[in-house]
Amino acid sequence: MPEILVLAEHDGATVKKVTTELLTLARGIGEPAVVWTGPGAEAAAGRLAEFGAAKVYVAAGADFDDYVVAPKAELLARLAAGGHPGAVLVAATQEGREVAGRLAVKTGWGVLTDVTGLSADLTAEQQVFGGAITVQSRARSEVPIIAVRPGAVAAEPAQAPGPAVVEEVEIAVSDAARAARVTERVHEERGSRPELTEAAVVVSGGRGVGSGENFGLIEHLADALQGAVGASRAAVDAGWYPHQFQVGQTGKTVSPQLYVAVGISGAIQHRAGMQTAKTIMVINKDQEAPIFELADYGVVGDLFDVVPQLTDEISRRGQEG
Amino acid sequence: MKITVCVKQVPDTGTDRELRQDDSTVAREAADAVINELDEFAIEEGLRLAEKHGGEVTILSMGPERATESVRKALAMGADRGVHVCDPALHGSDALVTSAVLAAALSRDGFDLVVLGAESTDARTGILAAMLAERLGVAQLSFASRVEADGQLIRVRRLADYGYDLVEASLPAVVSVVEKINEPRYPSFKGIMAAKKKPVQVLALADLGLTEAEAGLGASVTEVTGFSKRPPRQAGTISADEGQGGIGAADFLAARKFI
Repeated sequence: MPEILVLAEHDGATVKKVTTELLTLARGIGEPAVVWTGPGAEAAAGRLAEFGAAKVYVAAGADFDDYVVAPKAELLARLAAGGHPGAVLVAATQEGREVAGRLAVKTGWGVLTDVTGLSADLTAEQQVFGGAITVQSRARSEVPIIAVRPGAVAAEPAQAPGPAVVEEVEIAVSDAARAARVTERVHEERGSRPELTEAAVVVSGGRGVGSGENFGLIEHLADALQGAVGASRAAVDAGWYPHQFQVGQTGKTVSPQLYVAVGISGAIQHRAGMQTAKTIMVINKDQEAPIFELADYGVVGDLFDVVPQLTDEISRRGQEG
Repeated sequence: MKITVCVKQVPDTGTDRELRQDDSTVAREAADAVINELDEFAIEEGLRLAEKHGGEVTILSMGPERATESVRKALAMGADRGVHVCDPALHGSDALVTSAVLAAALSRDGFDLVVLGAESTDARTGILAAMLAERLGVAQLSFASRVEADGQLIRVRRLADYGYDLVEASLPAVVSVVEKINEPRYPSFKGIMAAKKKPVQVLALADLGLTEAEAGLGASVTEVTGFSKRPPRQAGTISADEGQGGIGAADFLAARKFI
């Protein structure tokens, strides 16, 4: 079976969920080998093995943290040149896609971005034009580079996992890859909430929320569901919520198990970012709002009544249960 | 500073966008064509940097003849000159081929700074800045929500899931910008009139030292093998709130095992 290189996303200790999703896909097309940059690989190896990783290539240097994107692409190119991978899988996050892009230039291999499904013959599925059209696509190159949308594929542990062999990789990152230097990483407060693209539940607020202060309602509901908070473009444009939480065409694309749209009309701009959510709940006072077309469950009502009632009810049942 | 802003003409997201039945490429004739939204922020940022630090702003676009409208609009906003790479053989080029063509055009004219929108609203790959930086061998400062230049040094805030990173590099560099980095200006009447007299150079593949075999669908290493309209979601349960809307919603979440 060909080796499938899977670029891990992690925070130095914990493996991100999307990496377990990539491993689940990789098992279907070959033998998964994780590519890990920076610290934490030894501690994570067990978890990676659980999802079918047979090998973990570790490049521990600080260059991967100090410089933007390029060192990771160099590492993947090196590993790909040494072995003969059947495919390279990355998460379709901002950074994952960019690593894929640089790797494609280095190798001449085709890159498919924001993939939502992958069959055994390496045909990928993508959603285009705001999810209006589903496309089947392939790379014509010997090795496809595939960036998979977080949350699009369910992570499943391997049935008979073996141990993952950890192998250190020595790599001297080139000067060219050190052109863009990270001088500081600024973490903005999001409380204990999960990351937007990682979260199983996303609660988003839109124009109907009315003010930044009122986003507290959205946050409380998100917290009751242990979810992340998102915002529509209208809400972000109005300055009610920071831009990195924007869901939609020019923001994040999410694919959670549950998406709750509160006070969001559902313009194409927004739908492009959430249409592949498994279950969609809508709370909006305008029954004509196009977002109701996507709803598995919708409440036509004032969000200032419905949302607090829902949040309280979830908490009450949680205490009882 | 010699600044080049890459601009893509895309189908308006507000209109019905389709793929062509014959070759699965974007049906560009079927929809209204506009400048890619994020590229307007790129144009504005390029203009501001040139106004502040001195220099010239070139608009570079690759696309069919009609894309010249987008180049003219950018010139009306205040850019100095345009380069339009236009060749029938480019039809169907994927991201990898597009980056090769744009890199060839950028190398031909030279640059200190390349600015582009972080992604296009049609293909939405978000990888062109990374590809260009890789091809040109210069720094990649992508997904910038703030740009500051200081002599030969350029610093950006790079958007991240947890907030942002501060990233710096020496020129030359490729910068991609996210929305809300600025407020793109509208072309003034004077600007529109002036744009008609500004030079727009139209280049074919041969002018870039590229052959037809290196471009278009044939040269692309990715292909669309099929597509279909996404079936509408099954109609859900919609009810009006009569005082118990939140309770009903909780029942639904419980039934689906979310709570």
